[in-house]
Amino acid sequence: MTEDFSDILDEYQHVPGPLLLVLHAVQRKHGFVPAEAVPYIAERLNLSRAEVHGVLSFYHHFRRSPPGRHVVQVCRAESCQAMGAEHLAQHAQQRLGIEFHETTPDGAFSLEPVYCLGNCACSPAVMIDDELFGRVSAEQFDALLAERGGDR
Amino acid sequence: MSTVVYVPRDAAALSVGAERVATAIAREAKSRGIDLTLKRNGTRGMCWLEPLVEVVVGSERYAYGPVTERDVPALFAADFLHNGAHALQLGRVADIAYFASQQRLTFENVGVIEPTSLDDYLTHGGYEGLRNALRMQPHEIVQAVTDSGLRGRGGAAFPTGIKWKTVLDASAPQKYVTCNADEGDSGTFADRMLMEGDPFSLIEGMTIAAIAVGATQGYIYLRIEYPHAERTLTDAIQAAYQAGYLGADVAGSGRRFDLEVRMGAGAYICGEETSMLESLEGRRGEVRVRPPLPAIKGLFGRPTIVNNVISLASVPIILRRGAQFYRDFGVGRSRGTVPIQLAGNIKRGGLVERAFGVSLRDLLYDYGGGSATGRPIRAVQVGGPLGAYIPASQFDTAIDYEALSGIGALLGHGGVVAFDDTVDMARMARFAMEFCAIESCGKCTPCRLGSTRGVEVIDRILYGVDRDGNLRLLEDLCETMVEGSLCGLGGMAPFPVRSVLRHFREDFLKPPTR
Repeated sequence: MTEDFSDILDEYQHVPGPLLLVLHAVQRKHGFVPAEAVPYIAERLNLSRAEVHGVLSFYHHFRRSPPGRHVVQVCRAESCQAMGAEHLAQHAQQRLGIEFHETTPDGAFSLEPVYCLGNCACSPAVMIDDELFGRVSAEQFDALLAERGGDR
Repeated sequence: MSTVVYVPRDAAALSVGAERVATAIAREAKSRGIDLTLKRNGTRGMCWLEPLVEVVVGSERYAYGPVTERDVPALFAADFLHNGAHALQLGRVADIAYFASQQRLTFENVGVIEPTSLDDYLTHGGYEGLRNALRMQPHEIVQAVTDSGLRGRGGAAFPTGIKWKTVLDASAPQKYVTCNADEGDSGTFADRMLMEGDPFSLIEGMTIAAIAVGATQGYIYLRIEYPHAERTLTDAIQAAYQAGYLGADVAGSGRRFDLEVRMGAGAYICGEETSMLESLEGRRGEVRVRPPLPAIKGLFGRPTIVNNVISLASVPIILRRGAQFYRDFGVGRSRGTVPIQLAGNIKRGGLVERAFGVSLRDLLYDYGGGSATGRPIRAVQVGGPLGAYIPASQFDTAIDYEALSGIGALLGHGGVVAFDDTVDMARMARFAMEFCAIESCGKCTPCRLGSTRGVEVIDRILYGVDRDGNLRLLEDLCETMVEGSLCGLGGMAPFPVRSVLRHFREDFLKPPTR
């Protein structure tokens, strides 16, 4: 398993301040940062496991369990709240049958809160994987899920 | 001759269907046998009109918007390629009141040029600022930035030239220029819009900063929520390297400057400069105790410039047009222009770049057109989640660092989020504490515990438990957080709470919930 990470460490080991770069690369490749990566990264970067774990758990973006096939982020910050984001957030949870930070049982969608997608003039905003959506109504939210195989 | 049509590639435009519109235009042109060149610009910042399609007729650009893919055949039928009449016709872009009355300096090229075309940038005055800088002594460059009156646009409003002078005067084998592109405040998108619409202006600004203080390495710390900006910046940096504007011999000067983008990982606190440096070094984004200042001991312990995107992207025009030109805009100690971002419950949301001094009321009503819902605007939050809520009675306040701080508010990064009269301000106060609890780095107690206790105290007030006692306790807690926190997160999260206590106290006193 560690050979899955060795290329990444080879690439970044000698870059100044490499740990975030390494964790990003691992997550890009695997979708999350597997537990077995932590001691390996620590050893290669001459850090303690606690240091790697500390960084991994500090940042909201890093996942320690596999995500669904699509990651749905619903913005819950003030600008979107002013345009009904809390209603949209409730709708998203109901529609997917899960709470925030959870993944649907079929593995199709993970639902995450996000505090600002920077699309505040087109609130409320949602991001699915790397695709941004603005002025999102409950109906449009459902349509976006349906396009991605979530029409259940 | 081929007709040129612009469809924005800015994330906000894409979020409301610009890509589908671009595809539909290309398809329709092909089926009609029309020779058409589709160009992809940034956004003009008139977000309520996005997707905004522009057509070049003669030397003018005419706009249509907001366009959906379904409108495209009808636009062709109406001969929009020659500014034909159509329900979505807006006329010359330069004549649209929202745009015409702005003073675009930093955002001069945004929405105008193709973002990653270096040629386009060069024909619009690009790199003239750097060329001027290369003919100057380092202290002259720093002096020009000081004389311009530019203050940090990230929110702290510290004079940019003073910061640069500290780095210039520091002696070290290695210095750094870092750009804080961790634009986490709700209601702000100026950094994103600039990076996606005119990335070279940021790259040029950072290069000038590096030449001025003797730095050879730069980093742009970009938030992970901005994948579009990452792609645009990466492409632009590559183009700048290829053309010799970055690398071992910047514009033939014999000076080295290398630049790379480093991605954040979803931590709001990393917008605070010392936690940003920690994060760049690959650690938890916990704030550092100052002193030492980052300008003396910053990234990897070396003298480091940390500036916001807008501050750095304002440098090229200052070096191109002169400090006096920039300084002539603005009022009092707030010099130059500021990009205000209108967001939330607002009819015409978008970006307005104006000289300091414009009133909130003008922004909300003349530009913004009032609320999106048509109801009265009850409150605006200026300056992100740590900014005060301002009541309608104070809408005549000018956008000016000193004027806003005079009413207990702050400009921050220039986000203005409007709320109509259905807003529950007690919930917004609770959210400020909740947000602080979620995003606290955990290093200092007033912020880490105070924010969690703040949520609990507000809940007790809302539940009707000893309201007077808990309101006093909340005031007391706010004071502790303001006075005792290490950085602006815990130190300012009480600002919105206090503003609600002061201006919207009745919302705490409604019949108990639960």
